[in-house]
Amino acid sequence: MNSSATSLESKLPLLFGVLFVIGLIAPFAVYPTFLMKILCYALFACAFNLLLGFAGLLSFGHAAFLGTAGYVCGLMVRDVGVTPEVGIIAGTVSAGLLGWLFGALAIKRTGIYFAMITLALAQMVFFLAIQIKETGGEDGLQGVPRGHLFGLLDLNDNIAMYYLVFAIFCFGFFVIYRTIHSPFGQILKAIRENEPRAISLGYDVNKFKLIAFIISAALAGMAGATKTLVFQLASLSDVHWHASGEVVLMTLLGGLGTILGPIVGAATIVALQTQLADSVGSWVTVIMGGIFVLCVLSFRRGMVGELQALIKRSGVN
Amino acid sequence: MLSRKFAITARTATLAALAALSCSTQAQVSGGSVKIGVLTDLSGTYSDLAGSGAVLATRMAIDDFIANEKPAFKIEMVTADHQNKADIASNKAREWIERENVDTVTELVTTSTALAVMKVAKEKDRIVIMNGPASTPITNEQCNDVSVHYTYDTYALANGTAKAVTTQGGKSWFFLTADYAFGQALEKDASAVVAANGGKVLGAVRHPFPGSDFSSFLLKAQSSGAQVIGLANAGADTTNAIKQAAEFGVTPKQSLAGLLMFITDVHALGLKPTQGMFLTTGFYWDRTDETRAWSKRFFDKQKKMPTMVQAGQYSSIYHYLRAVKAAGSDDTGKVMAAMKKTPINDFFAKNGQIRDDGRMVHDMYLVQVKKPADSKYPWDYYSIKATIPAAEAFQPLAQSRCPLIKK
Amino acid sequence: MEIFGISTALLGSQLLVGLINGSFYAILSLGLAIIFGLLNIINFCHGAQYMMGAFVAWIALTRFGINYWVSLIVAPLIVGALGVLIERLMLRRLYKLDHLYGLLLTFGLALIFEGIFRDRFGISGESYEVPELLSGGVNLGFMFLPIYRGWVIVASLTVCFGTWYMIERTKLGAYLRAGTENSQMVQALGINVPLLITFTYGYGVALAAFAGVLAAPIFQVNPLMGSNLIIVVFAVVVIGGMGSIMGSILTGLGLGLIEGLTRVFYPEASSVVVFVIMVIVLLVRPAGLFGKS
Repeated sequence: MNSSATSLESKLPLLFGVLFVIGLIAPFAVYPTFLMKILCYALFACAFNLLLGFAGLLSFGHAAFLGTAGYVCGLMVRDVGVTPEVGIIAGTVSAGLLGWLFGALAIKRTGIYFAMITLALAQMVFFLAIQIKETGGEDGLQGVPRGHLFGLLDLNDNIAMYYLVFAIFCFGFFVIYRTIHSPFGQILKAIRENEPRAISLGYDVNKFKLIAFIISAALAGMAGATKTLVFQLASLSDVHWHASGEVVLMTLLGGLGTILGPIVGAATIVALQTQLADSVGSWVTVIMGGIFVLCVLSFRRGMVGELQALIKRSGVN
Repeated sequence: MLSRKFAITARTATLAALAALSCSTQAQVSGGSVKIGVLTDLSGTYSDLAGSGAVLATRMAIDDFIANEKPAFKIEMVTADHQNKADIASNKAREWIERENVDTVTELVTTSTALAVMKVAKEKDRIVIMNGPASTPITNEQCNDVSVHYTYDTYALANGTAKAVTTQGGKSWFFLTADYAFGQALEKDASAVVAANGGKVLGAVRHPFPGSDFSSFLLKAQSSGAQVIGLANAGADTTNAIKQAAEFGVTPKQSLAGLLMFITDVHALGLKPTQGMFLTTGFYWDRTDETRAWSKRFFDKQKKMPTMVQAGQYSSIYHYLRAVKAAGSDDTGKVMAAMKKTPINDFFAKNGQIRDDGRMVHDMYLVQVKKPADSKYPWDYYSIKATIPAAEAFQPLAQSRCPLIKK
Repeated sequence: MEIFGISTALLGSQLLVGLINGSFYAILSLGLAIIFGLLNIINFCHGAQYMMGAFVAWIALTRFGINYWVSLIVAPLIVGALGVLIERLMLRRLYKLDHLYGLLLTFGLALIFEGIFRDRFGISGESYEVPELLSGGVNLGFMFLPIYRGWVIVASLTVCFGTWYMIERTKLGAYLRAGTENSQMVQALGINVPLLITFTYGYGVALAAFAGVLAAPIFQVNPLMGSNLIIVVFAVVVIGGMGSIMGSILTGLGLGLIEGLTRVFYPEASSVVVFVIMVIVLLVRPAGLFGKS
């Protein structure tokens, strides 16, 4: 779980610029809804990576944030009638609050215990989602209108919706980037690498972890709320533990602790699922599992991580 | 925004050119071909009752239609697995309509997927033909004018079974309900029918969905002393509950009423635990010579006898294609009008009619599962006890909560 | 007679049913606890291995006519052997790394196994008949207990306490426990620690498969039977204290009873009560009820 190689850091702004331009023109070449799905999951994975790759905390219940924000946003937009940006903000805030609650309960434990608590709490959220009438239970929250952004821009147009999603993604990514490179982020790294040391230096370790957790949860929520608007529904799959497992896979495949890894991982997994769903049915699960196994055994740095190592090696040579 | 307008203009121009190039009146079928999408559960809980069998049924309908009616337009089929997830179904339907010129999205087992696709279809003005999903909101609160709910719904099943069992002497009931919207709706519908026919509901117990061990809930049902235990659940929940009821000696003293059961469930369980159970179905393969003939063709390819959903899929697709031919176009409004105008009388449905709320009403059948000794050959599972005429089987229009129905 | 408005007969029967379920929880969490306690690996594919045990029994019966009693021995052996392969080829490489990777590897394996079985057998589930000797039931007065369910309690408890005895009271167990704490020392004493570890993983997996064979006549044998159960079993292990053998057995049984009680008074919550308890326990006793920090 190494941080980005220094030789790459100077090139990073250029890389970001290139990706940004690609992002701007992509919807004219590729089906926009597919791209929007990738962007939402990429944001979800980046948020997750902030917690695992940089703070060293494995949350096995992150789907709770994705789904809760999705339901809150959907309900606000469909039943209360607010404009989409208010819905997304509402979703983000609700996920942040939930993250605060989860974090407060879980943060005192570490490692596998932490993961198990987050899993248990997420299961309770899943249970609530089935029980509460407003979520629509098995049927899901359907018919969420995309509405007009700020009351002006009609989001039913796929291209317009795409640019909103892209903007949200860029904003979320920016927040994560700034968090990592801030003094706060440095302390997080220190905590991850040597917690007793950080404590002895006088840092309130739990407070830092909790803040990181809340940010991660809120951003995951932002992804979930946006996703609900894109697909105009929120469903139980968003709060199921499979979704929690999927985001772990995306991050691992892309590269834990790298800044671009989660994006690559999300894009790959979403593309795979879309391509394979039609042709192979159950084998999608097998292939996902296979990728997991391969990554863990011999590909731990993930795609971006391996790439970075390759560049570093050739740089040294 | 500019790019989209350009894209639309380009597409329209191309279509117009294509249309201008063909001379016959069938040019009104856009692109000269009709594309049918079968969106079903190919790998999950409902893959046996719908799934690949429904795809086969669609294929058979298309082939038979071409052979019998020799249409001037081409017919294509695309299929996908929605994995019982509303988001996957919604995406797929949207993609099919926006990118692949699919004219109708069909099957859609699992109500959440059906509801999601109905919304997309209404937005994009395409027809939806549903055979697999069960819930009544499809033709009530969520109804729209591009949808057809063809094979059955929870009202028809609950009404048929609960009424028959209650009038035959099963006066006291206890429900074992899957604790989510569908199960609760099924319990509510059935309870109303029981009460309306002089029965009494002694209580209900809600089990988590999905469940696996029902022993505690069955014990509760047993201690209530009810004559009938209504199973307001489906799929694996129903089959597990039936199995365990036999194990704990709950049956045969108390009888079970499966409110949503298919022939595939009986096949999976065998006749020993299911014998004597009443259920309502829209189709039984062994009912008439016609059904036998068709089912044999189906069996030769699928190696399983068809469920009502699969038979209904065949019937609905054939009806759709007939309507397209009659209307001379695949325009949604015209085809829907043609579909609603023509009654359906084929091996699947007798006295079938599509109403304004989208509900296709047809005769349903009350059947009882045979004792093992009475079953003479494979899949010989049911004896037909009664035919419930179309007018009685389904929720009357007067009680409909569909906004399209003016009262 | 009534307690809290529920007849004692119903209460008694629900507790007995709870005990039956508790036996499954006990034997499954025992396998997990052994693997974690002695190897520090979270075996996420425990549920899949349980499922495979049931399937091996079913295939043995339907394809080869091998009866239940033989399957009780054979299925754990086969699935256990598969476990040994997994440990040898894959897990072994991860011991020096963060526990996280073991978890993720086994999670991936679980997906693979379940996907393969789903593809091959579909999802409706297959029926497995209760063996002749154990069919029928006995009327206990307050309920009718199927003999097979009684057998489940007996078999699980025997295996559980037998395993506990082996680990805590025999020489083999002592080697195992020492080997995980200080493998170099133990190896220096001439004990083949890697072999011991392989055996331990295999045994834990075999326990899961054994539970699967026990479960086959009760639940439909279907590819998802494990994944529905595994999350609950994890909670049991965490509540019991992740390394504690006795802790997992007692917690498993206790949880079955609590679930049974919940089913009487508030059935809708019975699938969630274990998680609520887990959160409470972890807040109050972070190492679990019987765990050693």
